[in-house]
Amino acid sequence: MSKKKEIDDRFKKFGTVSYTSLTKVNDFIDYLEEGKVMGTRCVDCGMVFFPPRADCYKCFSSNIEWFEVSGKGRLEAYSKLKYAPVGFEDDLPYFIAVLDYGDYKVFGRIASNVPDEEIKLGLEMKTVANKLPSGQLNYVFKKA
Amino acid sequence: MGKVAIIGVGQSAFVRGYPGSIRELAFEGFKEAVQDAQISVQDIDASIICSAPEYDKQRSPSGVFAEYLGLTPQPTFYLESLCSSTSMGLRMAYSLVKSGLHEVVAVLGFQKMSEISSAESQERMGRGADIQWESPFGTMMPAYYAMFAKAHMEKYGTTNEDLALVRVKSATYGQLNEKALFRKPVAVEMFSDPEHFMSGPVASPLCVGDCCANADGSSCLIVASEDKAKALSKKPVWILGLGAASASVNMSGRDSFTGLAVARQASEQAYKMAGVTQKDIDVAEVHDCFTISEIIAYEDLGFAKPGEGKDLIKSKETYKEGSIPVNMDGGLLSKGHPIGATGGSQIRTIVLELRGEAGEMQVKDPEIGLVHNIGGVGLYGAVTILGR
Ligand SMILES: [Zn+2]
Repeated sequence: MSKKKEIDDRFKKFGTVSYTSLTKVNDFIDYLEEGKVMGTRCVDCGMVFFPPRADCYKCFSSNIEWFEVSGKGRLEAYSKLKYAPVGFEDDLPYFIAVLDYGDYKVFGRIASNVPDEEIKLGLEMKTVANKLPSGQLNYVFKKA
Repeated sequence: MGKVAIIGVGQSAFVRGYPGSIRELAFEGFKEAVQDAQISVQDIDASIICSAPEYDKQRSPSGVFAEYLGLTPQPTFYLESLCSSTSMGLRMAYSLVKSGLHEVVAVLGFQKMSEISSAESQERMGRGADIQWESPFGTMMPAYYAMFAKAHMEKYGTTNEDLALVRVKSATYGQLNEKALFRKPVAVEMFSDPEHFMSGPVASPLCVGDCCANADGSSCLIVASEDKAKALSKKPVWILGLGAASASVNMSGRDSFTGLAVARQASEQAYKMAGVTQKDIDVAEVHDCFTISEIIAYEDLGFAKPGEGKDLIKSKETYKEGSIPVNMDGGLLSKGHPIGATGGSQIRTIVLELRGEAGEMQVKDPEIGLVHNIGGVGLYGAVTILGR
């Protein structure tokens, strides 16, 4: 599904500000465009990775396949930013958080329409692809 | 193989807006350490320069400093592990001396953070985390540590007031430290007073008063072999134990958000190497980059059981008169945190305490001291145990 380009810099579309554009897991961006949040799995030894990786550190294989982050995770950590680093001022306020899926964890943002008072450790949430007003792509956590 | 000692310590004042260049800033900490050791610059046969990059324009500062400090033609190199850079520098110096390759090594940490704005600085610091998968969400150090604070609160019942008590203790001793950036008293009430700057929003549950400030500063440690230490120094302080560890940079690779694995691992290594337990520690410096960090440090170092760190600060056991005095120099919260210089400043304080030269900050007759120095969000951890 990768589009042929001189320079495959699709990853520059990730997040409010992306700091890198070249990666072997650039297909992550195409999946996000399709509304899917994907991790990778090592075909040779079965290790599961999120965020996705091109290489398995356990068996040194680069034979990876994609899987969709689906089902429910539990909120394991979160905080609400009221002050932002350069480039993120317009996003304030926003939550960063970690969801625990058991086999792997996902770091990201909580969707802005989840009421503050409902956010607590253990809350069941799902990871959803998201398009920012600028056209950039990321993913957010919504109540499951 | 002989022992390894610290025979000289120095630091600049930690300030905002240092009115000079980084080489001039480095000179201040270096001069004090060399004079403290009562050696000549020619006695130093290698130098390790430590900082976090991108706060100033100079690339490869080692050569620049070696020239300015009179340390050429001896070898010099650069070491970076964010906020734990100088502690890791000490670890490298220890191995250089222990191997016999060098006899006297200078470990010089510095950071000049005031050339950029606070928001730019947060962006730099945020890029000390995973820039591919996390920074695009808008991360910064206070927000990461706020996740740990929130998890600690929900799991163990730690409160915002408990966190404020850490800052109150910090200010108690920071006022006595002439090299500290903040030297004013702090009261718990400031944290709940919406008019007071201490209660200003950062990343909940942390407010301005819970966070250390950027600063400019330098620190320096002179490390020597046993033979050289005995020949050159009247008051060597011995390196008894060293521990160091690393962790997943991405938060998705962390097992726990109520403690730092690197601190537990590094302290276990250091206790084992020194042949001591946490009960033997008479005075400690811990990496209080945020108030929650100090409470978590108590637990990771074994001073308190998991979840009971708050009880240690509430009962004032970590005050000067308590069972385990912590951060008698005011810690990062009062001194300010010039990233690459911080570890050296912490180690300097423990060296002065063990020599009985800590002045108003002196605890009663300590024999063994500990330094806990963390890089990034528990990305790197170093624990150093020193003795007379
Ligand atoms: Zn594998």
